[in-house]
Amino acid sequence: MIKATVYVTIKESVLDPQGATVQGALHSLGFNEVESVRIGKYMEIELDTDNRAEAEERLKVMCEKLLANTVVENYRFELEG
Amino acid sequence: MTQQTPVKEPTAEQVADQQLYKQMGVSDTEFDLICGFLGRKPNYTEIGVFSVMWSEHCAYKNSKPLLRRFPTDGPRVLMGPGEGAGIVDIGDNQAVVFKIESHNHPSAVEPYQGAATGVGGIIRDIFSMGARPIASLNSLRFGKLESDRVKYLFEHVVGGIAGYGNCIGIPTVGGEVMFDESYEGNPLVNAMCVGLIDHDKIQRGVAKGVGNPVFYVGPPTGRDGIHGATFASEELTEESEARKTAVQVGDPFMEKLVMESCLELIDSGIVLGIQDMGAAGLTCSSAEMASKAGNGLELYLDQVPQREEGMTPYEMMLSESQERMLFVVEPKDEAQAMKIFERWGVICAKVGKVTDDGRLKLYHHGEVVGDMPVHALVDECPVYNKPSSVPAYYEQMANIDTVAFDEVTDLSGALKSVLASPTVASKAWVYDQYDYMVRTSTAVRPGSDAAVVLVHGTRKALAMTTDCNSRFVYLDPEVGGKIAVSEAARNIVCSGAEPLAITDNLNFGSPEKPDIFWQMEQSVDGMATACRALETPVIGGNVSLYNENTRGSIYPTPVVGMVGLVHDTDHITTQGFKQDGDVIFLLGETKAELGGSEFQYIVQGKTEGRPPGLDLVVEKQLLDGVLDSIQSGLVQSAHDLSEGGLAVALAESCISGKLGAKIALESSGLRNDHLLFSESQSRILLSATAAQADALESKLAEHKVPARRIGNVTSAAQLQITVDGKQVLAEEVSSLRQVWEDAIPCLMN
Amino acid sequence: MKFAVLVFPGSNCDIDCFKAVEETIGEPVDYVWHTATDLSAYDCILVPGGFSYGDYLRCGAISQFAPVMAEVAKAAEQGKYILGICNGFQILTEARLLPGALLRNGSMKFRCHDVVLTVTNNKTPFTLDYAEGEEIIIPIAHGEGNYYCDEATLEQMKANDQIVFQYGDNPNGSLHDIAGISNERGNVVGMMPHPERAVNELLGSTDGKKMFTSILKAWRDQHDAANTR
Repeated sequence: MIKATVYVTIKESVLDPQGATVQGALHSLGFNEVESVRIGKYMEIELDTDNRAEAEERLKVMCEKLLANTVVENYRFELEG
Repeated sequence: MTQQTPVKEPTAEQVADQQLYKQMGVSDTEFDLICGFLGRKPNYTEIGVFSVMWSEHCAYKNSKPLLRRFPTDGPRVLMGPGEGAGIVDIGDNQAVVFKIESHNHPSAVEPYQGAATGVGGIIRDIFSMGARPIASLNSLRFGKLESDRVKYLFEHVVGGIAGYGNCIGIPTVGGEVMFDESYEGNPLVNAMCVGLIDHDKIQRGVAKGVGNPVFYVGPPTGRDGIHGATFASEELTEESEARKTAVQVGDPFMEKLVMESCLELIDSGIVLGIQDMGAAGLTCSSAEMASKAGNGLELYLDQVPQREEGMTPYEMMLSESQERMLFVVEPKDEAQAMKIFERWGVICAKVGKVTDDGRLKLYHHGEVVGDMPVHALVDECPVYNKPSSVPAYYEQMANIDTVAFDEVTDLSGALKSVLASPTVASKAWVYDQYDYMVRTSTAVRPGSDAAVVLVHGTRKALAMTTDCNSRFVYLDPEVGGKIAVSEAARNIVCSGAEPLAITDNLNFGSPEKPDIFWQMEQSVDGMATACRALETPVIGGNVSLYNENTRGSIYPTPVVGMVGLVHDTDHITTQGFKQDGDVIFLLGETKAELGGSEFQYIVQGKTEGRPPGLDLVVEKQLLDGVLDSIQSGLVQSAHDLSEGGLAVALAESCISGKLGAKIALESSGLRNDHLLFSESQSRILLSATAAQADALESKLAEHKVPARRIGNVTSAAQLQITVDGKQVLAEEVSSLRQVWEDAIPCLMN
Repeated sequence: MKFAVLVFPGSNCDIDCFKAVEETIGEPVDYVWHTATDLSAYDCILVPGGFSYGDYLRCGAISQFAPVMAEVAKAAEQGKYILGICNGFQILTEARLLPGALLRNGSMKFRCHDVVLTVTNNKTPFTLDYAEGEEIIIPIAHGEGNYYCDEATLEQMKANDQIVFQYGDNPNGSLHDIAGISNERGNVVGMMPHPERAVNELLGSTDGKKMFTSILKAWRDQHDAANTR
C-alpha cells in the first residue's frame, strides 16, 4: 500500500480570490506580517500497489487528467510507504 | 471507512439506575411510562429510540393542545397536518404541496451546514409526497447586524442556503430577513419548500402490506447528527456549542440524485409508502410509517448501508445522516425499484419487512436488539398542558404612550434611517447569492411583496411569501398572530393571487416558562382566528421551542408561510410604480400607531407599547376588494404597507419602478411623523392609470374599502410629499435607492 | 433540425434548455443521458447548466470523462453546433473543447442577476440574428464564472474573433470582460450567462431567443447550401 499526498495550487500568474480574501481577513485580525496567501487543495490517495515507480507514473497521469486543471493549476505529490 | 472501536454501551440496568435517560431529555415519569409499555426496562437503544420519538420535535408534546386550535380544513385542502407536507387543490387535477420547517439550533452552532441541511430536509418533505419541488423560501432572523458573530452567522446561513438550493436546482424565490437584538446568539432559520403534484400521484408515508420489503435509499449512515431531534428541543448553552458533532453535513448533489430517482420511482406507480428520514432518522421514519398503516416493522440493521465501522444499533437508529429515504413496495416490484436507483447511482438496500404485530423490532448480528410497541412510540408520548401566566412586561406595556415623543421634523432624514435599517433595506445582497431563476418559472423575483412562480402548461401561477413581525407578537401575541397571517395574505393579494392556505413555524422560548407558554397560546389563538376569517387553513407546520440564550427568550416568532393562486398570469402584479401619470391610492385608515414599529426601533431605539390594532372584517374586505380590482385589470401596482409605514412603501414603489411620485396627504389630525411612519394595519398602496382611476375607485367602494387618491406617479424620479398643502419631504429617488441598496453591503464589508 | 440536451448527474438547467428550444423554435429535442455513446442523430448539442457531480473537485472536471463527452468531441470535429451554458461552458473548457478556464468569482460569492451583454461577434452560428455590438439583457447565476486564459491565448482569440459575448459591468472578474467564447472554427460556443432563461416576457427578458433562432437559421443555411450543391 502506498499513500500519496497530492497538493494542487493555483498558478502564480492566476488571481486567487480566495487567497486574497483570506489575506485581507488576516490583516484585519492584525497579522500584518502576512505577505501573501494562496489557497489550494490537498488530497490523500491510497494506492493498492507496492511499485513506487509505477505509482508515480500513474499519479502523474491522474493529476494531468483530472486532479488538476493545468490551465490554471499546478500540482505536486509525495509518496509514502 | 474510518476505524472506530465500538463504544461500550450502558446496560438496561445502568440506564435505569444511573438515570441516563435524563441526558436524553426523558423525565422520570416518562421513563416509568416507557417501562410500563415494554413490561421491562428499556435497553440503551430502546431508550434512545423513545427519547427521540418522545421529543418535542417529533411528538409535539408541549404544543399539541395549541396546534389543535388551528383550522385545518377547507374546500381545497387535500391533505392537512400529519404527513410530510400539506396539500391544496389548485384545479385541473393539480395541487400545491408546501411546508416550512426550522433549523434554528443547528444553524446557531454551524450556520452553513445548519442552514443547508434545513433546506435539504424540507425539500425531502416535499418530494416524499410525490411532488416536484418548484421553489424555496426562507425566513431568517439574526441579532443586530453589528457584531462579528452576527455577521458571521448571517453570511454563513445565507451561504448554506445558497450552496444547497443552487446546487439542487430549486429556485430560492423569496422570504424575509429581520435583525433585532432579541435573536443574538439564537438566530432563526426557517426554510419553506413548495411543490407541485398531480392528484393521483399523492404519496403517504405508510408501511402497507404485511410481508412487504422496506427499502433504504441514499448515502450510507454515519454517526452524524445523533440526537439532533433532542438537541433541537433544548436551550442553547455553551455546552451545545461544544457539541458541534450533532450537526449534520449536507450533500445537495446526492439529494438531487435521491430526489430524481425517488420521483421516478413514484412515477412508476409501484410505491406503497415513502417517507424521508428527517429528525431522528431511521427511528422516526420507520415508526411513523408502521403506525400510519397500523402495522409493525422489522429492521435488519446489518443491512443498513454504513459509512463508518462498528456502528451500534443505537447509533444507526438515531443517526441523522442526510439525504436518506425509506419506502415500501411489493416483492414483485423490487427489481424494478432497484433498477431505477442503479441508473441514478444511488444506494438502495432492503433493510426490513412490514409485519402485523404492531411492533418495531430491531435485529443486529442475529439478535433482537430492540422490540417496542409502535403505538407507544408514536401515540403514547404524554402531552403536557403547561401552565401559562400573563407576563409582567405585557401589563406594563399597556401604560406606555407610543406617540407622545418629541415630533421628528426631519422626515427625509428619518426616512433614510428607516430605509437603511437592515430589516427594511434591500436584501439583494442576500438573494443575489440564490439562484432564484432556475427552472425558468420565476415571474416575480425576490424583492416584491410575494414571489410568483408559473405553473407550466397553464395560465396559472403560485404566489408565495413568509411573514411575521415578531415585535408586534411580543408586544401583544394575539394581535401579533393575527397580523402575521393578515400581512402574509396582503402580500399574496398584492401579487394578484387568491390566498389558499398557510404553513406555520412556531418559534418560541422555553414552554416550561409560564410567560412563554402564554405567548404561545395567545399567538396561536390570534393566528387561528385570522386563518378562519381569511379562509386560509393551516395545512402543516413545525414547532421550534427552547429558543433562548443568555439574554433570555427570543421574541415569540410564529412565522407564516402562505401560498396563493394566481388564476391568470395577466393578474400578476408587482409593487413598483409603472408609468408617469398613474394615480396613486392609499387604501385603509391611518392611525397614530407606532408601538413596535420600525420607526420606533430605529429613531427611538425602543420596542414598546401596544402594536397596531387589526380588525379582521376590515382586513377581509380589503383583501377581497384589492383582489377583485386586480383581477378586473384595474391595478398597475400594489404594495402592502408594513415596516416603515407609508413613507417606506412609497419609497419602495418608486425605487422598484424607477419612477417618482408626487403625494398630497391630509393630516386628519395626525402629526406628520405619525402620518408617514405609523404601521396601522390593513393598508395597501395601489396605482392605476388615469383612465381607470374612477373605475378602481368604484370597485373598491363596492367592497367598502376606504380608498383615498393621494397623488400621481411622475417620470421625474423624485419623491415629494405634502401634508395639507405644505411640503414635508422631497428626496431624489436615486439617493433613497442608494441608502436602501448600500445598507447591508456596507455593514457586511 | 434535431437538438440534444445532455443530462449529467447534477445537471439542473436541462429542463430549461429543453423548454427553451420547444418554445422559441419548436424543433425536436431530446434529453440525452451522460452515458450515451451515439450523438449522430443530433444537429445541435446543448450542454446545460447545473452542478454536474456536485461541482466537486472543480466545476465540470468530472463530467468531461462521461462517455457522452467523447461523442461531443466527435460532433465538434464534424462541425456540429455545440453550446455550453454555465456549467456546460465549464465542462467544455475542462474537456479542452474551448480554451481557458473558469475560476471563482472575484467577489467569492455566487451571483444571480440580470447582466447587460454586448454581442462582440455576431458571425457565429449562435449569434447570427443579433446585430454586432448589440446590447442584450441575459441573467447570470454562477459562483465560478471568472474567465481566465493566458495572454497568448487571449491574443489568439481576439485575432480569430473567438470572443462572442462581453459583459457591460463585469460581475465576476473575467479577463477582458469575457462572458462567452467560441472555438476557432466557431461551431462550439460556451457562455456563463443563461440565454434559456431569457426567452419569455413573463420571466423578464426575451433577449435570449435570438440565440435559438440563430442556430436554426445557421443550420438551414448550411442545409440549403448542401442541397443546392
